[in-house]
Amino acid sequence: MKIKNLKDLEELKIKGLESLYPKRTKINVGLGTCGIATGARAVFDSIADEIEKQGIDALVGKTGCLGFCQREPLVDVWQPGKSRIIYCQMDPEKARDLVTGLAQGKTRKEWALCRMEEEEFIIENTKKKYSIKEKDGKDIPLYREIPFYRKQKKIALRNCGFMNPENIEEYIARGGYFSLARVLSRLKEEEVIEEIKNSGLRGRGGAGFPTGLKWKFCRDARGEPKYIICNADEGDPGAYMDRSILEGDPHSVLEGMVIGAYAIGSHEGYIYVRNEYPLAAQSVERAIRQAEEYGLLGENIFNSGFNFRIRISQGAGAFVCGEETALLASIEGKIGEPRPRPPFPAERGLWDKPTNINNVKTWANVPVIIARGADWYSKMGTAKSKGTMVFSLVGKINNTGLVEVPMGIKLREMIYDIGEGIPEGKKFKAVQTGGPSGGCIPSELADLEVDYEKLTQAGSMMGSGGMVVMDEDTCMVNVAKYFLNFTKDESCGKCTPCREGIKRMLEILDDISKGKAKETDLELLETLARVVKDASLCALGGTAPNPVLTTLRYFRNEYEAHIKDKKCPAHICPDLIHYSIDKEKCTGCGLCLKECPQTAISGEKKKPHSIDKSKCIKCGVCFEVCNFDAVEID
Amino acid sequence: MNDKMKRKVDLEKVINKYKAEKGGIISVLQEINREYGYLSEDALKLVAKKLDVPLIQVYSIATFYTAFSLKPRGRHLINVCLGTACFVKGGNRILEKLERELGIKAGETTKELRYSLDTVHCIGCCSLAPVIRIDEDAYGRLKQEKVPEILKKHK
Amino acid sequence: MLNLTIDGKKVSVEKGTTVLHAARKLGIEIPTLCYHEGVSPYGACRVCLVEVVKGIKTGLTTSCTCLAEEGMEVKSDSPRVLESRKLMVELLLARCPEAEKVKDLARKMGIEGVRFKREDKECILCGLCVRVCQEIIEASVIGFINRGANREVETPFQAQSDVCIGCGACSSVCPTEAIKIKEMFDKRILETWHTELELKSCKICGRYFVPKKELEHLKEKIELPEDIFEICTDCKRKSLTGKIGEIKTGAI
Repeated sequence: MKIKNLKDLEELKIKGLESLYPKRTKINVGLGTCGIATGARAVFDSIADEIEKQGIDALVGKTGCLGFCQREPLVDVWQPGKSRIIYCQMDPEKARDLVTGLAQGKTRKEWALCRMEEEEFIIENTKKKYSIKEKDGKDIPLYREIPFYRKQKKIALRNCGFMNPENIEEYIARGGYFSLARVLSRLKEEEVIEEIKNSGLRGRGGAGFPTGLKWKFCRDARGEPKYIICNADEGDPGAYMDRSILEGDPHSVLEGMVIGAYAIGSHEGYIYVRNEYPLAAQSVERAIRQAEEYGLLGENIFNSGFNFRIRISQGAGAFVCGEETALLASIEGKIGEPRPRPPFPAERGLWDKPTNINNVKTWANVPVIIARGADWYSKMGTAKSKGTMVFSLVGKINNTGLVEVPMGIKLREMIYDIGEGIPEGKKFKAVQTGGPSGGCIPSELADLEVDYEKLTQAGSMMGSGGMVVMDEDTCMVNVAKYFLNFTKDESCGKCTPCREGIKRMLEILDDISKGKAKETDLELLETLARVVKDASLCALGGTAPNPVLTTLRYFRNEYEAHIKDKKCPAHICPDLIHYSIDKEKCTGCGLCLKECPQTAISGEKKKPHSIDKSKCIKCGVCFEVCNFDAVEID
Repeated sequence: MNDKMKRKVDLEKVINKYKAEKGGIISVLQEINREYGYLSEDALKLVAKKLDVPLIQVYSIATFYTAFSLKPRGRHLINVCLGTACFVKGGNRILEKLERELGIKAGETTKELRYSLDTVHCIGCCSLAPVIRIDEDAYGRLKQEKVPEILKKHK
Repeated sequence: MLNLTIDGKKVSVEKGTTVLHAARKLGIEIPTLCYHEGVSPYGACRVCLVEVVKGIKTGLTTSCTCLAEEGMEVKSDSPRVLESRKLMVELLLARCPEAEKVKDLARKMGIEGVRFKREDKECILCGLCVRVCQEIIEASVIGFINRGANREVETPFQAQSDVCIGCGACSSVCPTEAIKIKEMFDKRILETWHTELELKSCKICGRYFVPKKELEHLKEKIELPEDIFEICTDCKRKSLTGKIGEIKTGAI
């Protein structure tokens, strides 16, 4: 059917609500990439199987990712009039038990993550309340009490994990496409741009350029046709929220894009999806087809006379294509080589026509801003960074996953409250933000209020929201080396500073990590870093030195230890460490001996073993497998 | 019709599918790479001819993007994630273990064409680091000693 | 006309003029490597960097690609510019220690010794050959392959090319003499491009003088009498001098 007016939309909403909250039990399994990686498909299958086998009156459904990836597979159980409970770390066996239990009216508290006391419908500004009195669930913590969720405010992630991404009616039921209906029926193009401008929304993919202004530039540019692009080339390692949104809530991005297209005066759009995200590409493709069927994309959208179509362009594995001009080259079927700006894409973009490019999260925010207004949105966040930001909290941290919080949250809150600290009681050393373009912020700056400006002042950047936590066992020279290796591989190779400069910086870092560097090399490294940053053609080279510059700024002593003392304080750099076995602690269990690929370990059973240093390749497997902490590194 | 002929017919089909699309060349190469596991010299020449673009342009693209392989690949493609989270959690040790187990380096294929080993800069499963992906299946929270049993699942 | 200042000197140029040309108009010398009048600018070598002041912001940009704007303020000799250019040349010199043009620039900039490990490449990846082959000759034989530190200029599959006409324009535009071409009797050998081409002999003197493929290419592009392609340049000159002689005598 084609949706022509609000009445049609309201009707679908009712259908969607019936699907979200049916009159019988519904068991939802999170089937995002991370869920699947932990075995969620098998969980889904065993639930479906058990329901059928036992002839239970229940449905099994799929959702996207609820963000708490650490606890995947997540299973969310809806039962009319009862507590809504989310179970975590499920496996097929547990899932069968759960289904059997549900049939008998039992709750499995021991597997429960939390109970939902309410669900926020952010677009409508309403809340759906759930029963929390039910006696079986009373020892299970409430959603809002879970440290991981307590401080979160989900706007871009509003639907992820709460609905079936394959069901457009469920999206509509949660307020989806109502903003588009309002825009097309009641707002002038300029009014939409004004609203986005006033909201203070800034690009969520990197440098944080004001979105409304970007739209205006493109609208005012001369040339037809104009293009709208969604940059889903989420290349920053350690960041995966765009994938999660595309997999779990693709329509939010489509709706944002249609609104943007209307405001700018464009009738053609592209979503440029990263090659490494096959599931996300499928999800978007399906959503586009559905939206076309319902008349929310294509000709005469909402019977308004406005036309807009979206195509998918799939990347082929190149980080540099996240850079706007390289992305355009790639869509045009060329190698992803950036070109100088100006001219900016707003003036001369895809096939030399005015083009507006925004990131996935930016687009996903748009329908909410239209629904709730610029005032509401701009009340969240800091002076210059409004709204919320989605971070992927990963690395050496207890709670890993996707976190959406108002801008301005302190790093300390991220690490200790939401993340609940560092595993194994280790010390928090640094957090890396902004991917290869960002930097490492040391634990001393834990009170930093995270927004675009503060991160830049600290030498890092927001980037797409990756937040990789590092503990005392992380060597900062090694981290700098890791990122430069990354940018060396991913540089397109066009301009001298990026291609040659990064290579030379890496050579110096390599020498440092091997204990072969001179003190003057640090100076040369700094000079190179400064000039590569200044002289490169595009943002890849322009930001590539940041990991080096920040680690030099905050962890210079660690560099000096490698150079002067020939020591790696974190015991990481292979050329500067040795493995040995503590004779007191070794029980002679033989596990390390069995695993050692070099037969460097010898010893009789039940007697202390020893490592032949001349044979050891420092692979670390003995250290990993030892159950008695007998393997030491110095 | 012999096998080689059949392939050629298929290739032309793929090319024609994207021929009308502006900038469709990358999509063509992607589909061929997916179907055949790599881009052969003949395939690239045919793409250039049919799309009427210089061969060097096709070759440039094929060597620029990491999704494309110019050599036949193994039956199973192992991707070791070396994103930041995986790196911090010892992803390179998993890579080294795989290299030792398979007797090949990253970027290579085993002699019997069973496995191809590659690295990838983040597959977006950072919460489960360190992660590898074999064909469609991702394995998270890996340890070196778990590698042999995982390989056994993909023979 | 647009008015801008470079190093404090005022200059007016037409719209569409690059900062590089505006500077040349003022007699300000800006070094270049990947720039050539005949092909589109590329902005890759970064040797022609200048500093452009925009309000409170200043940034480095390549003068070969940057178009002059009204009221623009450019610095071509600030310490920031000079330091960056110098490092660009040092990086290229480390890559190609024997390239005369790079050595020359290094001398002029006062670079004493290279602080990086020396490589023994000859190509600085300026891409002039690629652009000439594509834009001027319209043959598109060579291009960039791979990426990042592994980038190279090559023919498809690093093998003999079917479309190379052997004109040698790539070699003549190369600033570092990295493209090797030699002639052996009836063959022209483009070593760098793994390509050997048969030469045609001159109808008059019998000397092998031009690749057959180049002739075919020319015939397609330019409409000229057939026999003009059959005679070598030397013989053409001779016959032309003869003709001029005839005309002169006739005139008297």
